Amino acid sequence: MGAFGYVAPSSLDEALAVLSEHADHGKRAQVLAGGTDLLVQLRGVDREPRTIVDIKKLAETNRVQIGASEVFIGAAVPSAVLNENAELAALLPGLVEAADLIGSTQIQGRASLGGNLCNASPAGDTIPAMIAVAAVCVIAGRSGTREMPVEDFCTGVGSNALEAGEFLLGLKIKTPAARSADAYLRFIPRTEMDIAVAGCGVSVTLDGSGTCTAARVGIGAVAPRPLLVADAATALVGSRLDEAALAAAGAACSRAASPISDKRGTEDYRRKVVAVLCRRAAAAARDRALAR
Amino acid sequence: MSKVQVSTSINGEEVDFLCEPQQTLLDVLRETLSRTGTKEGCGTGDCGACSVLVDGRLVCSCLVLGVEAQGHEITTIEGIATDEGLHPIQQKFLEHAALQCGICTPGLIIATKSLLDRDPNPDETTIRYWLAGNLCRCTGYDKIVRAVQDAAKELAHPA
Amino acid sequence: MAEAVDFKVIGTSPVRPDGVDKVTGRAQYGADLNLPNQIYGKVLRSPHAHARIKRIDTSRAEAMPGVYAVICGRDFPQAAHGEIGGESGGDVSDLAKNIMARDKVLYHGHAVAAVSARSLRIADEALAAIEVEYEVLEPVLDIDAAMAPDAPLLDENCFTKNLPEKPDKPSNIAAVMQLARGDVDQGFEQADVIVEGEYRIPMAHQGYIEPHACVANTNEAGQSTVWCCTQGHFEFRAMTAKVLNMNVADLKFIASEIGGGFGGKTVVYLEPLAVMLSRKARRPVKMMMSREDVFRATGPTSGTHIKVKVGAKRDGTITAATAWMAYEAGAYAGAPMGPGAMAIFAPYDLENFKVEAYDVLVNKPKVAAYRAPGAPQSMHAMESALDELARKLNMDPIDLRMKNAAEEGTQAPYGPKFPAIGLKKCLEAAKAHPAYSRPLPEGAGRGVAVGFWFNVGMQSSAEVHINENGTVTVVEGNPDIGGSRASMCLMAAETLGVPYEQVRALIGDTESTGFSNVTGGSRTTFATGMAVVRACEDIIAQCRARAAATWGVEEDQVLWEDGQATPAPGVNADIKPLSLADIAANAAKTGGPLLGRASLNAQGAGASFSVNIADLQVDRETGKVDVLAFTAIQDAGRAIHKAYVEGQLQGGAAQGLGWALNEEYIYDAEGVMENAGFLDYRIPVASDLPMIDTQIIEVPNPSHPYGVRGVGETPIVAPLAAAANAVRSATGVRIPDLPMSPPRILAALEAAGV
Repeated sequence: MGAFGYVAPSSLDEALAVLSEHADHGKRAQVLAGGTDLLVQLRGVDREPRTIVDIKKLAETNRVQIGASEVFIGAAVPSAVLNENAELAALLPGLVEAADLIGSTQIQGRASLGGNLCNASPAGDTIPAMIAVAAVCVIAGRSGTREMPVEDFCTGVGSNALEAGEFLLGLKIKTPAARSADAYLRFIPRTEMDIAVAGCGVSVTLDGSGTCTAARVGIGAVAPRPLLVADAATALVGSRLDEAALAAAGAACSRAASPISDKRGTEDYRRKVVAVLCRRAAAAARDRALAR
Repeated sequence: MSKVQVSTSINGEEVDFLCEPQQTLLDVLRETLSRTGTKEGCGTGDCGACSVLVDGRLVCSCLVLGVEAQGHEITTIEGIATDEGLHPIQQKFLEHAALQCGICTPGLIIATKSLLDRDPNPDETTIRYWLAGNLCRCTGYDKIVRAVQDAAKELAHPA
Repeated sequence: MAEAVDFKVIGTSPVRPDGVDKVTGRAQYGADLNLPNQIYGKVLRSPHAHARIKRIDTSRAEAMPGVYAVICGRDFPQAAHGEIGGESGGDVSDLAKNIMARDKVLYHGHAVAAVSARSLRIADEALAAIEVEYEVLEPVLDIDAAMAPDAPLLDENCFTKNLPEKPDKPSNIAAVMQLARGDVDQGFEQADVIVEGEYRIPMAHQGYIEPHACVANTNEAGQSTVWCCTQGHFEFRAMTAKVLNMNVADLKFIASEIGGGFGGKTVVYLEPLAVMLSRKARRPVKMMMSREDVFRATGPTSGTHIKVKVGAKRDGTITAATAWMAYEAGAYAGAPMGPGAMAIFAPYDLENFKVEAYDVLVNKPKVAAYRAPGAPQSMHAMESALDELARKLNMDPIDLRMKNAAEEGTQAPYGPKFPAIGLKKCLEAAKAHPAYSRPLPEGAGRGVAVGFWFNVGMQSSAEVHINENGTVTVVEGNPDIGGSRASMCLMAAETLGVPYEQVRALIGDTESTGFSNVTGGSRTTFATGMAVVRACEDIIAQCRARAAATWGVEEDQVLWEDGQATPAPGVNADIKPLSLADIAANAAKTGGPLLGRASLNAQGAGASFSVNIADLQVDRETGKVDVLAFTAIQDAGRAIHKAYVEGQLQGGAAQGLGWALNEEYIYDAEGVMENAGFLDYRIPVASDLPMIDTQIIEVPNPSHPYGVRGVGETPIVAPLAAAANAVRSATGVRIPDLPMSPPRILAALEAAGV
């Protein structure tokens, strides 16, 4: 049996060197951001030794930058920091409300979008919201950085597209245009503290007449990985986001879903509820876009 | 297993300790440092009994590694009262009978402090959602919410 | 009994004497003690729900550096049969097997071995090094499966008890019970309207926030001191002694502060293991359950399957009622079917009824007491059925209950005649309450239900010491879960006539105070309170004697008024009264320190009734329920500490609503609990609930000096049906099974086509 180790690199190069060294020697390294999933796993399902690589001391992973054309959110920025950023909340209300739904206030003090994504739970709350706003993953590796659409990042339950020696640096999102807005809704049995039974993020862009010119819909907790639902977007684009269009988009989400029955909900229930969430989230995004 | 030396500040006091890399801050506080005011209810971030502030930010100490405390300022329940006496939040929890068994109380007081530090005048809904990560099985939360409301008033206009 | 009089301190809500330590982190709970040279104990738990243990090899674990001791079933003595006593039912030899499996494991999480080691990490590694070979058996996971004629047996020696003749073959039905009066067939014939319902509720956990924990320290003479969180340290001592075949005199139990219990900390799990481990290691051993352990291996309350049939005349008079009820006992006999059966019809004056109850073994943890054990499940069934009956009769549901309500003189279904009880007053208060008549928002529904609990008396001891300055120390033996020390201080202050602030109460350990039964059965403020009052009266008698001696008068010429000895009218007007402080200051000259004592087996615990009003809203697209308003009305006899009585009503309401809406044990096909954590065992969080209104009714209990009825358990009983009836009112659909989780509600709405 190996031993546990902990390193907190202060530079990107140092972080990559540690990860590469472990990758090259077949040693286990695990990146720590907020730790709200990792520490639970250490306690229960996966107690095997490893080197924990804490990326919170890196400038890049802590950066939140709102530019004219692009927003960057570092992989280790806690949700609470995002929630407190009024400019970000005004720009990407759906993404920020998703971040605001990850666990309790205490969890939000640590949990990050990057960690939520890398954990690759089918039910990760921020992932459908990130899919809706077409977030792009910025991945650091020894040969430089590469980018990947967020919807391609999760490859299955608990698995992601990172290669050995790589880690997620942050997420890039195009700064929303005028009359664009996003919304995220999830369903849980309580008002707080639960894992999503189903989740749906929607972003829409409207023209001057209120007709939807662009849309993206992401769904979570209804398939082995969060999904981009192109058919739902198609149902919205060209409409004035009336009840019929919203219902069609919801139905598309139900069709795209391939849920399981488990302790949190049945297959049938999830399929129905994801449609309801899509309708409600699209209506919320529409109302926000109209107000801009 | 090699231990790591960690230098930190707990309730304004410099504290050094040794811990294993996978040990949680909660475990260090309770078992290594015998600061048992911070409670463990679940160990998985679901109950809030182990709430502490790290650099003023509310977290579950069961989801922080001890080694991560290096160079940070930790505030625990033992650091809330002052030389002048109980903090108004503590006083109001007592006056409103906002505790029965009291095991969740340290975490709730820490969480309330973090709320009122940010939002001195929260409404009932804000209080309930901010405290949703602090499970209490005894009170039904009614008296806790009233204590927080009264503490906010007291802090705004000390009697 | 004191009539409605002006009390000085009773009925107020002062700050509790143990409060400051609890808001500053000083108060020490079960896991908060760390002793020099302390090591840690941990338990290896079964990965199977039902299996025979073929072999356990502990040699690798024993050889590990840092490991002090390893124990398993073969290291334990054979415990004799006998009732456990206390609040959770069952047999001592079963208890012994429950805390450490012998030849069979009967639930996932059943203890099979324990280790003590230098650190928690080494203890974990040692557990991983223990080899256990199992022969896996088919698990029996619910009542229907367990009662099936060809069901696999948990215990080949289980022959159903209480049948007229011993059955010829074993089964999973540990016991049956019947309760009947009158002629139900005739009663149903007289009925104009009959309703029937069938209700299923899964296991639910008390959900106290503090996991079980203890520290045991054993010396070379085999004497052990155990520090633990418990609802009754005297009974923990007795259980530990029986399980380990020890002399109680060699065991000292100290009750730590306790982080909730609700009945779940009335039986031992860790303590005997810690004693054995510390005996072997000759060091203090600390053991702490994880939250997962708490869910998997401590006693929840029974899952139930209950059928009810009620018949009534047009005017609402109930002519007959029957109930069939099966309670899951878990791995060993002892489900609370008895109280469930006795409670179901208790609020009503019935001529004809029949109850048939079953105690059923299943491969799940052995149930323990949970707040009004057995009653929430059975009364959920009856109160749901009555709601349907009221609808069929087109009658107000409170009026229907009032029509049949038990009152003083009514013979309770379980035997005795009720003395003064508060049910009708609670119903009147509910009918008159604004919460019953205010308009409901669109889509919301209102439900009402009645709650009841017997309450118990049992044994209590108390001592009252008068300090040299006249301040008062109360010593008693009931762990304080919800502020009972404050109540003891209030009763002592009222009786002695001194300010509340001059009285302190503490809970003695098993060597420093007299025996008391558990803090349970809603008995502490009633029974231990009675002992405290009697001990104060002992002090008053002594003070009067000393004043009489000082004054040279007869004792009957001395009165005790407002905290001082005064001469009776006409004795000698010039005598200056002597306060408690005066008498204490002079105690050395008048016979020594003042020490009052009382011990008793309290009789006449008055039943406490309640009425709850719930307003719920249902999202018809998702099935989600929001609690809009909740009002709990309950007879407290006399509220000693008003705020803590309100707190009992509010806390019980929250637990009951959690049970009604979301809480349940979820098992997979192999018998593994799938939601053994607070993430998926969903107890209410602050944002799930509104403020909970309370109204305390006071119909004094004639058996208590201040009229106290226990209030702790009744509050959890009515919320289940109140919630179900509110959902019925909101949606038009009866959802008989709990929890009314969103998927269940949505499916029911769809099935009903609404």
